[in-house]
Amino acid sequence: MKKFDKDRLILALGGPALAIVVAVALTSVVLIASGRSPVEPYALMAEYAAHSDIQVLIVNQAATYYLAALAVAIGFRMNLFNIGVDGQYRLAAMVAALVGASVTLPGPLHILLILVVAMLVGAFWAGIAGILKTTRGVSEVVSTIMLNSIATSVVAYLILPAQFGEQRGNNLTTGEIPESGWFPGIELGAAGEIYGFVVVAALCGVLYWLVLNRTRFGFDLRATGAGESAAIASGVDAKRMVLTSMLISGAVAGLAGMPILLGDAHTYSLDFPAGLGFTGITIALLGRNHPVGIALGALLIAFLDKASATLDYNGYEKEIAMIMQGMIVMAVVISYEAVRRYGLRRQQQKVGEELAAAAAATDGTGPENRKEVSA
Amino acid sequence: MANHDIHLSVRKGTVHAIVGENGAGKSTLMKILYGMQKPDEGTITVDGQEVSFSDPGDAIDRGIGMVHQHFMLADNLTVLENTVLGSEKLYGIGARARTRIKEISDAYGLGIRPDARVEDLGVADRQRVEILKVLYRGARTLILDEPTAVLVPQEVDALFDNLRELKAEGLTVIFISHKLGEVLSVADDITVIRRGTTVASVNPADVTAKQLAELMVGAELPSPETRESTVTDTPMLEVKGLTLTENDPVDGARTVLDDITFTIRKGEVLGLAGVEGNGQTELIDALIGTRRPDGGTVTLGGEDITAWPTRKRREGGVGYIPEDRHRHGLLLEAPLWENRILGHVTEAPNSKGVWLDIKSARSDTERIVTEYDVRTPGIDVTAGSLSGGNQQKLIVGREMSHNPRFLIAAHPTRGVDVGAQAQIWDQIRAARREGLAVLLISADLDELIGLSDTLRVMYRGRLVADADPATITPEALGSAMTGAASGHLEDEEPGPARDGGEDR
Repeated sequence: MKKFDKDRLILALGGPALAIVVAVALTSVVLIASGRSPVEPYALMAEYAAHSDIQVLIVNQAATYYLAALAVAIGFRMNLFNIGVDGQYRLAAMVAALVGASVTLPGPLHILLILVVAMLVGAFWAGIAGILKTTRGVSEVVSTIMLNSIATSVVAYLILPAQFGEQRGNNLTTGEIPESGWFPGIELGAAGEIYGFVVVAALCGVLYWLVLNRTRFGFDLRATGAGESAAIASGVDAKRMVLTSMLISGAVAGLAGMPILLGDAHTYSLDFPAGLGFTGITIALLGRNHPVGIALGALLIAFLDKASATLDYNGYEKEIAMIMQGMIVMAVVISYEAVRRYGLRRQQQKVGEELAAAAAATDGTGPENRKEVSA
Repeated sequence: MANHDIHLSVRKGTVHAIVGENGAGKSTLMKILYGMQKPDEGTITVDGQEVSFSDPGDAIDRGIGMVHQHFMLADNLTVLENTVLGSEKLYGIGARARTRIKEISDAYGLGIRPDARVEDLGVADRQRVEILKVLYRGARTLILDEPTAVLVPQEVDALFDNLRELKAEGLTVIFISHKLGEVLSVADDITVIRRGTTVASVNPADVTAKQLAELMVGAELPSPETRESTVTDTPMLEVKGLTLTENDPVDGARTVLDDITFTIRKGEVLGLAGVEGNGQTELIDALIGTRRPDGGTVTLGGEDITAWPTRKRREGGVGYIPEDRHRHGLLLEAPLWENRILGHVTEAPNSKGVWLDIKSARSDTERIVTEYDVRTPGIDVTAGSLSGGNQQKLIVGREMSHNPRFLIAAHPTRGVDVGAQAQIWDQIRAARREGLAVLLISADLDELIGLSDTLRVMYRGRLVADADPATITPEALGSAMTGAASGHLEDEEPGPARDGGEDR
């Protein structure tokens, strides 16, 4: 049976590889069309990323992306499109920053409190979409997109000085979290500091894999994604499953802002990074919802983000990296579907062949009453 | 090999029926005639000209159109829009198309309303839209794949009237079915297919339903005769006054289950006969717990389970062989061992506490594959890559492995080859001997009569008749299924030997 496993591994790697090759090729076409060198930008970026301080930036950025992508992937595994990770993590980061700045607790407790608040707020915001879907049948795609823009408004309102915010020059912030609420980083000298939260993100990935693949709950969740009617008949309460996975997805989304908040910014301000949720969708797709795949995808996108800074200094627009990200999304969707269909067809053929071979080998009872009629 | 040595000739202006058991190769033959599948060898001749179809478009060009068993209509478009969709070049999409639709509808008495939305139409109307679509595209030969499977008897009659109209206008109809009564009433010629090959061409005037049935299954009717009764006096499943109403967009509230009451005792197989769509699906849903009834109680082994969710019922010993195994019984893209877990994820050997026990689940899957003769190269292949019969054997093996007290077996041998069929019957009979209570729902009357201890007939959401399988004939059962007879059905010998079910 190892043969099928090997096949599956090749197919699993084939999709992303094909997607990236296609994306690079298409980006090169864009470069040629605009009269530029089709290879130099890649060389520049690779060279730039060889610097250890850039590598630290990439890893830190990847941790944030990883959490956002995990949140999206949890939904994807049961055919739920949580487009609202973006709103969920921003609202969660803002409220967590507020709470964190207004209390003083001994170190670990302080951090724990901030994390719990962030997860609760993220889960709450996603839960609204979950409840709308289970009670009123509202598509989670529509409701989470709307909740994104409501979150933007809510954050903008709460951060006003008249509410909870503080004016700092041109910026509005939620006030600084005391040092007991900072997550210790990994000091690398001149290269900078890797967020300690990178470890937490990795642990989340392990937990994600463990829960989905090794628990009853995970099986029910995957079954619902693979065939909802079959899952219902098998005893899964589909509505509760929608709500639960929405809550978990939101809670993980709530963590997505934490690497920056606890490791670097220590406050939520107007320039807190936005758009992580959408990048997370790209990465979850690219990583095929697999924790290792998502990690590689997060590193790739973080590399494009951070290494593209060098293009500006060398006469290229750094938007080339954005074009490539866009190409990757398209190529991923197309190549995965192509590879999936090819894989299914190939397996069907193989099963047919192996059975025919087995029947020929043990041809005892005669072919007449052994054959399967497929009509 | 689904088809070999098929010889079929259809005369113009006739209704030609093709009959055969489930899985005999009827649908494959039709796919070849309609260009969806290419034959390995042999020829097709239309109007004296040899043709070769590489896709359905070629077939339509030759005037051959197909009405599929599963309708291919866009629900939120109107009848007119559905009809012109993909054939905009023929008569445009406006007034000319509307005129043409009216012409066709009037010529063949189809009674089409071009501006009705498809989602508001009933099943029979949708089927007429499918027929219209094919005629609109210029078909002179229509292939109908099991058109009556989804219809209630009155609708079947109406359909047959339509078919006669088509015939009168010189069109040719190829009619695929395994329902012999219908075939005899509407067909001009009958071709019988068995195990992928044509075994006979007969004139309906010369044969009886019984002769036709024998031709279909071969000389020996595999009638599973095990008449030693294993029925005990202990009730296992008691259903009292089960009622379910459904909101239908056309007819408003519709009672789909009307005061259903029956008891199945330990070791008893209760067979439920009925034309599809008379409430069987809803009854199954209510018993497995995926649909809440509006009234009535379900009791399993003395315990009231009416309020139990599906999972608790499954854990409590309700086995389930669903009627649509692809939608309700399997995860097609998941490997066999995961499918073995499906439906029993909380039970040994699949899990320990909240954790899956993958090792045991896998080795138990190996056991099922061996014991139930599932033909597969291994347990890591996806369920979708197995043939229908092997998928069904896996499901049967899975459900039997949890020692059910009560088994819902809906069409347990549908689409299964003859060998696997006998095997599945054996397994149900063996479990029955150990005290299993079975609700058997099947469109195959011989299977029902052969396997059941008690028979009930369902018609329009009600149990209208009961019968003793030892004495009943398929004909008598068939007439009750169409609502023509009710009460206790008896044939020539009304022996009081066994109770038909006074518990009603």
